Amino acid sequence: MRRIISVLMENEPGALSRVVGLFSQRGYNIESLTVAPTEDATLSRLTLTTIGDDHKIEQITKNLNKLIDVVKLVDLTEGSHIERELLLVKVRATGAQRDEVKRSVDIFRGQIVDVTSNMYTVQISGTSEKLDAFLQALGEHTIMEVVRSGVSGIARGEKILSI
Amino acid sequence: MELLSGGDMLVRALQDEGVDLIFGYPGGSALHIYDAIFRQKGIKHLLVRHEQGATHSADGYARATGKTGVVLVTSGPGATNAITGIATAYMDSIPMVVISGQVPSDKIGEDAFQETDMVGCSRPIVKHSFLVKNAEDIPAVVKKAFYIASTGRPGPVVIDIPKDVTNPVDRYPYNFPEKLRMRSYTPAGKGHAGQIRKAVALLLSAKRPVIYAGGGVVQGDGSDLLTELAQRLNYPVTNTLMGLGAYPGTDKRFLGMLGMHGTFEANTAMHHADVILAVGARFDDRVTNTPSKFCPGAKVIHIDVDPASISKTITADVPIVGTVQSVLKEMLEMLKASKEMPDQSAIVDWWRQIDDWRERHGLYTAPRYRTDGDMIMPQEVISAVHQITNGDAYVTSDVGQHQMFAAQYYLFDKPRRWINSGGLGTMGFGLPAALGVKAAHPDAEVVCVTGEGSIQMCIQELSTATQYNLPVKILCLNNQALGMVKQWQEMQYEGRLSNSVYEESLPDFIKLAEAYGHLGMKIEHRDELHGKLTEAFAIKDRTVFIDVYVDPTEHVYPMQVMPSGSMRDMWLSKTERT
Repeated sequence: MRRIISVLMENEPGALSRVVGLFSQRGYNIESLTVAPTEDATLSRLTLTTIGDDHKIEQITKNLNKLIDVVKLVDLTEGSHIERELLLVKVRATGAQRDEVKRSVDIFRGQIVDVTSNMYTVQISGTSEKLDAFLQALGEHTIMEVVRSGVSGIARGEKILSI
Repeated sequence: MELLSGGDMLVRALQDEGVDLIFGYPGGSALHIYDAIFRQKGIKHLLVRHEQGATHSADGYARATGKTGVVLVTSGPGATNAITGIATAYMDSIPMVVISGQVPSDKIGEDAFQETDMVGCSRPIVKHSFLVKNAEDIPAVVKKAFYIASTGRPGPVVIDIPKDVTNPVDRYPYNFPEKLRMRSYTPAGKGHAGQIRKAVALLLSAKRPVIYAGGGVVQGDGSDLLTELAQRLNYPVTNTLMGLGAYPGTDKRFLGMLGMHGTFEANTAMHHADVILAVGARFDDRVTNTPSKFCPGAKVIHIDVDPASISKTITADVPIVGTVQSVLKEMLEMLKASKEMPDQSAIVDWWRQIDDWRERHGLYTAPRYRTDGDMIMPQEVISAVHQITNGDAYVTSDVGQHQMFAAQYYLFDKPRRWINSGGLGTMGFGLPAALGVKAAHPDAEVVCVTGEGSIQMCIQELSTATQYNLPVKILCLNNQALGMVKQWQEMQYEGRLSNSVYEESLPDFIKLAEAYGHLGMKIEHRDELHGKLTEAFAIKDRTVFIDVYVDPTEHVYPMQVMPSGSMRDMWLSKTERT
């Protein structure tokens, strides 16, 4: 099962490599990973998505917690949550294609953020599933380049992850 | 406030941490630190002959004393040579602080002379690591390093210090923190009272209980409490390879070691148990054999300080996270307060069953090796040494058949006496570890049980023994081959001895020992074994290399059937299987 694990960790050099190293060392998968400092400059927030059964996820969270740099973590998928990923995609758009692509972008509530005579650059955000659906809707022949941010997430309601 | 250079700060911080002994080897990037060591009194430094030796010596020191072992090496090869010893300490959860010099800050990343990314190299085998960027940070980093290394589940911590940070010119205020709080590190303390209560109830309901105690009981100083618990309940105890000495080896409730080369009675009792109390043990693959076939009828209570060790391979029915000491103490208090007692008739039946297993194939009810002929059997060498040293020596070992024979036949009554590389299985560990133990306990008898293969992996440390007058006994069970490799090849590869025999290439160990200034003694015949061993152990002021020629065809038994057997599936001899 796919899980989103959100980690608060010391904003120290080497902290990220310890997290990534743990995953490769113990044979866990990382599907996506994002990291940036928080409003408190001494802390970073890292969000990663991984796939595994309950036993594996339990081991992953236990071993992440063992890392000295990790202050706190939460498996967002255990409760209701909001997840977002940002997608930038360069799409071939010439002739009749231009309108067609524009329509798809509108349907998915994306934005065209850059334009050339042959190409649109589209920005779209949402769940990973929605981004997958958008790419599928575009059709392979029009896609020139894709970049995705990886998943960020936050719990719904009043639950917060902070120290 | 006093102003100190980075190098002096480091040494002062080590003193403030209570360090009295460092094992190390100097080199370019560590020279400022070495100069600071030269100019101080209080900390003794032992110069080893190879950085691997430094780590194993510090490791032996730590295991024998419970204190944190300290290593100092230079950058590049000094650091990488320390890696094997750091990994050894990591696998066995040994508190250790390794300080490595690094190339100057402005050279890092430029492939400078003797540069290696020590923090990166050591990352998977340390509990934590620090790269020190400012001299002012040194005292706090040292404080944190020792705190992390020695608390919770202990482990090695690396402090990598670029050379410019320790330079003698720039001086800064020295400020050693009295107290430490780390928001991201809170080691487990007491266990959950509700869980402990559940565990006590389950224990009292047991009809076929086994207490399975590991290295955590030794490391966590829980032996006395464990012994009290087992004796109060009259339950059988088995120790892991790392846990030997956690429960008195000569007590009648002790079943011997369990696992791959565990005793018939320990492995069989585990398999048939209805309740297993696992304390400070981690269900290693060398214990469980095939996890899906592990102890089918057993409910498992698992006490460990490391939550990640619980339900990793074997699911715990009653998990308890906490220090062995605090949890056992609470369990005992609840037991004493409880009016319930175990089902005595069931326990009597269980003991009758266990005694029957002991009679049939136990290692301690009859010799399970050949007792005629002139050839010396390795098992009887260990038994003889146990007798001559009154079972009270510190025994270090290398890795292989000799290690298993020592584990089976030297019945340890006290914790911290058996010092071996259990998790990583590091050949070369024994001799430097013995020197570390001897440095910690100068008046104690220290024996390194080794083989002619392992001893050659760190034999250079014979020179360290000479320089610092650390007289230990080196007991080499010489079978002229890599015995354990050969055993597997004979059992699983139709006897194709691929690269496991030395032919005529072995050195004359007696002359070698003498070349280093030690005594050598060769024992080849069975009738001279006791006399010569007694003679060797009467010598207290010299290192003695005792080269014992043992039966080269002997295998270690019992041996669990691999790869798909359960705990009770064992070879009992070359021809006999359960």
